[in-house]
Amino acid sequence: MVQLLSIDGEFSATKENKVYEDIIRGLKQDDFLKFYRDMARLRRFDNEATALQRQGQLGLWVQSIGQEAAQIGSGYAVGPNDHVFPSYREHGVAITHGVDLMSLLKMFRGVNHGGWNPLETKFHLYAIVLGTQTLHATGYAMGLNFDGKVGTGDPENDLAVITYFGDGATAEGDVSEAFLFAATHNTAQVFFCQNNQWAISSPTESQTKVPIYKRGEGYGVPGIRVDGNDVLACYAVTKKLMDDARNGLGPSLIEALTYRIGAHTTSDDPSKYRDPEEVEYWKARDPLLRFEKFLRSQGIGQDFFDEVNIAGDELATEIREATFALQEPELEEMFNHVYSEPHPMIEEQRAWLRGYEDSLGDHE
Amino acid sequence: MSNSVELSIAKAINAGLRKAMTDSDRVLVFGEDVAQLGGVFRITEGLLDDFGDKRIFNSPIAESGIIGTAIGLAMRGFRPVAEIQFDGFIYPAFDQIVSQLAKLTNRSEGHLKMPVVVRVPYGGGIGAVEHHSESPEAYFAHTAGLRVMSPSNPNDAYWMIQQAIDSDDPVIFFEPKRRYWQKGQVNLDAAPMFMHKAATVKQGTDLTMVCYGPMVVTALQAAELAAAEGISIEVIDIRSLSPIDFGHIVESVKKTGRMIVTHEAGTFVSISSEIAAKISELCFYYLEAPVLRVGGFDVPYPAAKLEELYLPDADRLMEAVDRVMAY
Repeated sequence: MVQLLSIDGEFSATKENKVYEDIIRGLKQDDFLKFYRDMARLRRFDNEATALQRQGQLGLWVQSIGQEAAQIGSGYAVGPNDHVFPSYREHGVAITHGVDLMSLLKMFRGVNHGGWNPLETKFHLYAIVLGTQTLHATGYAMGLNFDGKVGTGDPENDLAVITYFGDGATAEGDVSEAFLFAATHNTAQVFFCQNNQWAISSPTESQTKVPIYKRGEGYGVPGIRVDGNDVLACYAVTKKLMDDARNGLGPSLIEALTYRIGAHTTSDDPSKYRDPEEVEYWKARDPLLRFEKFLRSQGIGQDFFDEVNIAGDELATEIREATFALQEPELEEMFNHVYSEPHPMIEEQRAWLRGYEDSLGDHE
Repeated sequence: MSNSVELSIAKAINAGLRKAMTDSDRVLVFGEDVAQLGGVFRITEGLLDDFGDKRIFNSPIAESGIIGTAIGLAMRGFRPVAEIQFDGFIYPAFDQIVSQLAKLTNRSEGHLKMPVVVRVPYGGGIGAVEHHSESPEAYFAHTAGLRVMSPSNPNDAYWMIQQAIDSDDPVIFFEPKRRYWQKGQVNLDAAPMFMHKAATVKQGTDLTMVCYGPMVVTALQAAELAAAEGISIEVIDIRSLSPIDFGHIVESVKKTGRMIVTHEAGTFVSISSEIAAKISELCFYYLEAPVLRVGGFDVPYPAAKLEELYLPDADRLMEAVDRVMAY
């Protein structure tokens, strides 16, 4: 397992990690501060969204607490024009790709089914049916090959794709098919699995008999395991493999070993199936605490952390107010964009509902 | 003078694909065995030589993977034409079709277009083993976000495949496999009509017979038998199964007052259920008799030695004609 930061936040690279160490040594202090800022931002956002759900303002929330390093580290390793195909817990990667966080909350409030423009953000819509997005990513990456966007050696031209999924999703046939199509087309693609160790109530052992990072090998997709609570290791490994992919070296699989500190979603009750001691063990390996120790060892003072806290409070207020201010969707929204081109049945039903609603209006 | 050639339905689809691939280099063709072999029905024969392996290529035998990657290619701006080798092999791709392909335009509020065509040889009558003779069109017609078409003759086959590829929406394109070798004139100059319009293939005054795909030939045979008995049948090929051109059917039924709907699929919760319900609603005062439906039975598609009993033929249609004319 690639680890660059010990649990105590000490930077230590072994000989075989030299390539990753070099990537980190190429970063500036501002990059480190950005990583921490966004990990903290993600956690604050996540906690606020959970609170909003508890208060009945969101229908559901999918917590990412504990997975900040895996998401922020890998997210920043993706190039600005590389496409990201997430599952539904990748709020951190949404942050690194500049997706408006309110777009996520709209979906969980029931205003729409996503609705952001994936061609603009390069961050695709959340995929709720597990593993389906891995095939979309592979198809997109096949298209990069056909378009001459891989392995030309021109950094302005060459692109790669990353897709996120969890340990539970590896059981889906689509993920296996995506490995196969990726390998046979030698796609420029990273499969990034956040193994948070629980697929709702099913532990990883019930989903796989071999370590997840080895699951791609049989298809021709080599894998590597990284400490998913170490933001620097997640960044370095993803950066290396995305660049390899972009340079025509083919697809690879990263298993980021992390832990879902929170529930699967706000509808879940993990106390029914897991040992609280296990949660405590992983809380001691909190990715934010670890990185904070590292930053302090680099001479970053309390001022910075205070500033991050204040920014968090501001974000929470902003999110809360914006959630309350979200408009209810219009009747029309149900019928819009079912098709790209006109469809007589949809127009007929839209007109009927509009007329029906108008007819009720007089009696209210 | 129109530029017209005689082609089989198989060759017409091949020519339509070739035309679409020539017109736009974003059109890709892939699926199981479509490249060197040209597909098990040779529909894509010769395209590899003409367009090369970046435009037409074999996929692994994984239907969900075929449709899932087609979606990704569409996101990249391609117009993929994916072949599902046989009707009964489409189900492993069901989620990618009904939950992904059909919904992504809606989920993205129109930002993502899904110009994907899924070609499916369908229907029975070729003496095949199981899973090679099915008519699963109702599943897809029921799904919002999909368009569903089925040509019945070479001219439509040539033009409808191109219209499907031109559409920015996903189209499930059902090809009547037992009619692949049926020949007819193809006008290479102009499409006969809009992709979702129905066509009257034979004029009549006493009864409207609505059909599509492989059953159009059968309906025309029944119309001939009926004519010998002095009954004039109007045959409508609906061509598009979603949306359905109800206006065209209504005009005919208002004139004839009687209707039979036929297809190979079992009739329970089928395309004919929808047409019967809609016509009862729209033509209630014009109908002289109940709408009758003639289809396969609601059983698993039977073993080949029984399929002649399963598939509606002209005699079974005539039995229904007698019943509907008795009112």
